[in-house]
Amino acid sequence: MSQNQTDACFQLKGSNVTSIVLELNQYPSPDFLPQLQLKVEQAPQFFQQSAIVISLERLNPTELFVDFQPLIADCRKVGLQPMAFKGGDDSYHSAIAETGLPALPSSSGRNELLELEPKSQSEAPTEELKTVIERVVETRVETIIEEKIIQRPTKVIDRPVRGGQQIYAEGADLIVLAQVSEGAEVLADGHIHIYAPLRGRALAGVKGDQTARVFCQHLEAELVSIAGVFMLSDELKDKAWKQAAQVYFSAERLQVAPL
Amino acid sequence: MAKIIVVTSGKGGVGKTTTSASIGTGLAKRGHKTVIIDFDVGLRNLDLIMGCERRVVYDFVNVINGESSLSQTLIKDKRTPELFILPASQTRDKDALTEAGVEKVLNDLSKDFEYIVCDSPAGIERGAQMALYFADMAIVVTNPEVSSVRDSDRILGILQSKSRRAERGESPVEEHLLLTRYNPERVENGEMLSVEDVKDILAIPLLGVIPESEAVLKASNQGSPVILDEESFSGQAYDDAVARLLGEEREHRFLEVQKKGFFKRLIGA
Repeated sequence: MSQNQTDACFQLKGSNVTSIVLELNQYPSPDFLPQLQLKVEQAPQFFQQSAIVISLERLNPTELFVDFQPLIADCRKVGLQPMAFKGGDDSYHSAIAETGLPALPSSSGRNELLELEPKSQSEAPTEELKTVIERVVETRVETIIEEKIIQRPTKVIDRPVRGGQQIYAEGADLIVLAQVSEGAEVLADGHIHIYAPLRGRALAGVKGDQTARVFCQHLEAELVSIAGVFMLSDELKDKAWKQAAQVYFSAERLQVAPL
Repeated sequence: MAKIIVVTSGKGGVGKTTTSASIGTGLAKRGHKTVIIDFDVGLRNLDLIMGCERRVVYDFVNVINGESSLSQTLIKDKRTPELFILPASQTRDKDALTEAGVEKVLNDLSKDFEYIVCDSPAGIERGAQMALYFADMAIVVTNPEVSSVRDSDRILGILQSKSRRAERGESPVEEHLLLTRYNPERVENGEMLSVEDVKDILAIPLLGVIPESEAVLKASNQGSPVILDEESFSGQAYDDAVARLLGEEREHRFLEVQKKGFFKRLIGA
């Protein structure tokens, strides 16, 4: 029998950690420590024992051989906890190795610049910092959500969709090869194609995709909708009624065009 | 194995029982051993249309509950050999129809009969769903008016999704459209949907068009299926429908306004 899950001492997992990145522009420099102290003083609680990653991506070294030991020491002096180096070319390898910290590969993702220029002394810097950090966190969360929208294979229906029936193509386009009767409802996160009369309701882009469209061979719909913007049969009747047509969203409203 | 045909419509009063009686009789007349089952528990009508109401002793629910045997319960038609009727219970409700019970009765009947015609109650609830659940073929009875057409569309959706064939992923229930109470004159005046309109909306093959006729009402009141009235257009139209059901090709009749000649008007055909 394999080791029981609950008995395992640990589990290895992949995870994303949000941290502050200290991006070096010039080093060594006598101004480094005073500038760092000034920054930290703006929000001492925020920086208290913060783990930081030192980025070398933009570093223009002022000396041929850089020693990072004093840099680490300066950071610890002001209460920051360097945990790794990031980026930089091979010439820094030995210097990084001497500090005992790991070197992370350069990130390909977007780098948020923490702009902490003091605007005026009267402003509460802590608040400002918080918003900046929140923005960074927000951007990251957004990125993850975007990645989770999975394109599923197109759903194909070859039997009539009758009154009272509902078909939903989640995360996909929908193709219907038979009629959609009055009182029936077809929905998709993507486009909807109907190669037969559409007499019921067709709702494309139901999760908010305004680029989604409805195509049908014979438009007699009760309702068509793109990303929640809808049009009823009354209005459709003066468009491409009983013709092959497409419905799409443009200029803040639904457009109906014959095919 | 018998072929199970459900006669259904969604809407009430469109001619399901009349159709069940005539199609069942038509099949038996052609030598196919047929049983018609009344699924309208609580609103028994088939026995009246078939004229056997005085001969009902046991019923469908008795058989399901094991209170009577099939041979005790089946009523043999007096006019048409090879035809039997399984009447509904008048004193019970539709909850008495259990899936297992109905399946057992249908399996037992399948051994002896070629065709089992299930006369569905109106609506889309339990009784109607039981009647269509085991079907191999459906005759969807529709009147040429919008509400009947819409209800037929709904019942077609249920056939596609809730029948045993659909649940098991077998080939779908064979669908046939039977348009009843058709009046070509009123179609011409724009008061009724035309055959083409209905075919266009429902998109299933047309089994037949039964013209509106007093012969139907007369036959019902006399307890004799209208298909046996060979003089009437309705009877002939049902005969055509049965022939088509058995694979024969017949042209659709009675779709145009009949120009009545002077002589015809005199004898009132």
